[in-house]
Amino acid sequence: MIRPAAVWFVAAALAGPGIAAGGQERHIALGDLKSGIAFSSRDIRAMQEDDFSNPAMLWVEKGAKLWAAGARSCASCHGEAEKSMRGVATRYPAIDRGSGRLLSLGDRIMQCRSERQGAPALRHESDELLSLTALVAHQSRGMPIGVSIEGPARPHFEAGREFFFRRIGQVDIACTHCHDANWGKTLFAETISQGHPNAFPIYRTEWQTAGSIERRLRACLSGIRAEMLPYGAPEYRDLELYLAWRAQGLPIETPGVRR
Amino acid sequence: MAVRIQVVPPRPKRGEIVEIRVLIQHNMETGYRTDMVGGVIPRNCINVFSCRYNGAEVFRADLSPGISANPLLQFHTVAEASGELEFSWMDDRGKQDSERARIAVSE
Repeated sequence: MIRPAAVWFVAAALAGPGIAAGGQERHIALGDLKSGIAFSSRDIRAMQEDDFSNPAMLWVEKGAKLWAAGARSCASCHGEAEKSMRGVATRYPAIDRGSGRLLSLGDRIMQCRSERQGAPALRHESDELLSLTALVAHQSRGMPIGVSIEGPARPHFEAGREFFFRRIGQVDIACTHCHDANWGKTLFAETISQGHPNAFPIYRTEWQTAGSIERRLRACLSGIRAEMLPYGAPEYRDLELYLAWRAQGLPIETPGVRR
Repeated sequence: MAVRIQVVPPRPKRGEIVEIRVLIQHNMETGYRTDMVGGVIPRNCINVFSCRYNGAEVFRADLSPGISANPLLQFHTVAEASGELEFSWMDDRGKQDSERARIAVSE
């Protein structure tokens, strides 16, 4: 299964840079993009569709409390999240003008806390960070992903794409082999999705809790027996940017539910 | 710890059966898992949950590790009078929590 796909991929990858001027090679046409929820079971879909039984809404709700908490709260600058944060998540990961770094939405929240709010840093995957990220991303629900890959974001995009196509781990496969070449097929009991980042933070029944895209990427790395990069590694940001570009136009679903 | 409560329909008629839905954020630690160094993570589940409707208990549940994290409880009662629903629960560590919701019954 892997071999013919790999040959096809090498050919495609070689062809890719040739048309880089006008745009990037897309392995999944924009019209064929499918959110991960399309590959989920009926139970999972029902869980996500019902805003009450969607357990990830607990994090959104907690995020709303944190948004207003403290003397220098998020709300003291940004007002109502429903208005000020609308559409924000569609643009992340994005370059921070001040530092020139590529920041994910979670990074931006952490930066705001340390530089402007003087609040203690939050751990990666902490409930607080997930809650705030979920709250902010939830305000973009239904809006299409639209990240910028131009200017200073370009090298990050290239690095992310390179990661996506690089064979890694003991299983020696790249992201593309599952998520470009074999989506919709089954891998043991699972249906392989296209690997789009449009519902994070997600509630994953396997985790029994909410988690970030980094945690999900780590799960993929572990699955192919590759080294799991530490939380906050720049490789995740680059890959996130490539994934977001790849999912361009897909509506944000946050907070999503997956199995 | 977040909790969400929903009464369906939100404004029932007197005598109508209402569904009450409660979603509680709790990790329902089973007691069967081990940590990174092999030590057992002690069990910590919500073990009892009850709902009182204007002071009278209308629902009680004993929960155990077979129930998922962040449990969703759904049960029914008859809307008799406007008033208050009080939900309370306790976990294995003895942490008690409660939440209230208004119920408005129309004639």
